[in-house]
Amino acid sequence: MSLSRKIAVAGVYEHPTRFAPDKSMYQIMAESVRGALDDCGLTIKDVDGLLTAGMGMGPMGIVGFCDYLNLTPNYLDGTNIGGSSFVAHTAHAAAAIHAGLCNVAVVVYGSTAASSRFAIGTGGERGGGDPCDQYEFPFGPTTVGAYAMIAQRHMHDYGTTPEQLAEIAVTMRLHASMNPVAKYRDPITVADVLASRVISSPLHLLDCCIISDGGGALVITSAERARDLKKQPAYLLGAGETVRHAARGQRDFLEIAAAQSGRLAFERAGVAHKDIDMAMIYDSFTITVLSTLENLGFCKRGEGGAFVSGGRLRFDGALPINTDGGGLSSNHPGMRGMFLVIEAVKQLRGECGPRQVKDCKTALVHGTGGALGTRHSGATLILANQ
Amino acid sequence: MPQEKEPRAYRKPLPHIDEESRPWWEAVQRHELYLQKCRECGDLRFHPRALCTSCMSPRTEWVRCKGGGRIYAFTVTNQNQAAGFRESLPYVMAWVELDEGVKMLTNIVDCPPEQVKIGMPVEAVFDDVTPAVTLVKFRPAR
Ligand SMILES: [Zn+2]
Repeated sequence: MSLSRKIAVAGVYEHPTRFAPDKSMYQIMAESVRGALDDCGLTIKDVDGLLTAGMGMGPMGIVGFCDYLNLTPNYLDGTNIGGSSFVAHTAHAAAAIHAGLCNVAVVVYGSTAASSRFAIGTGGERGGGDPCDQYEFPFGPTTVGAYAMIAQRHMHDYGTTPEQLAEIAVTMRLHASMNPVAKYRDPITVADVLASRVISSPLHLLDCCIISDGGGALVITSAERARDLKKQPAYLLGAGETVRHAARGQRDFLEIAAAQSGRLAFERAGVAHKDIDMAMIYDSFTITVLSTLENLGFCKRGEGGAFVSGGRLRFDGALPINTDGGGLSSNHPGMRGMFLVIEAVKQLRGECGPRQVKDCKTALVHGTGGALGTRHSGATLILANQ
Repeated sequence: MPQEKEPRAYRKPLPHIDEESRPWWEAVQRHELYLQKCRECGDLRFHPRALCTSCMSPRTEWVRCKGGGRIYAFTVTNQNQAAGFRESLPYVMAWVELDEGVKMLTNIVDCPPEQVKIGMPVEAVFDDVTPAVTLVKFRPAR
């Protein structure tokens, strides 16, 4: 796209908390904004664009957050498309800056999902009042269940095994063991995943993301300005976003939003799959990773089971995924897209210590919001350090 | 163990029926299952909509389904903390593909969960969960 390499993520901050009963969602957000500004050497006075979304916010939450922080930005984007929101916000901020609508945009998220005891995933769903809810909620869909149906169908069509899905969880835990702020850091085995109770068949407890508190923020500005700031800029090469849903009852459920958003991002970035040194893939469940990798085109449809096997996704493997430990082991405060962008930027800067991917120049980020088995959004970014 | 009946007060969520969906729900209450078909482009659709979801034409006819289909995808739900469901675990949620080619989210009933399989032929059953609401569920075809 025409804005390729013109905009950069200049500052990032992942709030270290995983359980914060002493803090509000807004305090976590404010601390995250401050952290991301400190990271790149800007101040709140420089910020003239704000993008945010959250589960604990009302439909006008961004206005309330501006009140809380005493901000009056020139550009506002409260797009909420679920956990992928912050991935999409990154592209939206880039477009706004490129169009001259603002100069320094902050993307922010905070949540107290764990300390507020949200039952994310198995609390039963009643929907947001959309017309489609009436045809689904009477039958007891849960978030886990809606992903589990995708896993079941994939196993049926392609012989994908529970062991192959389990390896994804094992790899994320290995990565978490090298992340000092990850919530779960003790190694697990494929046998541990298979021995954990089945929440919604075929997905076990350890196939499911954890629940934590948390927050984070990004500072986005022009590439030109970013080059004068404290840290190595992460340039945006390309982006894409879309949705998949029941498609009037005629959907092929193994095709997910990533097929379209990924194609757009690669086309606009002008890079190929072999150029991607690491990827941050929303791992709400192990099947989410497998399905996303197939749909992004890293392997053919049906080959995901073999593709995720044999250590390929490890930080030292051929396609390192979720080097922070992901939502499966590090943190999942409900909408994880924020942390996908943060870890990708840290990898491109070479800031990841023992889990650093060697010679990491180009990274892909893909966020999923909602549920693959009913309706969801997908947003893809390709970032590079040159 | 005898199968637990639904608790006397129905506690699961009930559909929020609107003006677009009312004719469909009324038909289900009569134990009849319909899809909509566009009179302009012929596209079949579920859920009911005032305008065609392919060409936006308002010209619609209702097509009665025989009620047969196959399980496209399913999950045996062992955990759901919501009232009504937590008392009826485990239950089977599924996408059923009707013989007409359209998929519906539903429950598979009258079948032990461990016997449910993708591709299994199923038939619609009409579950009158309250005096005002009937749900379309599916059981193994007989
Ligand atoms: Zn039509």
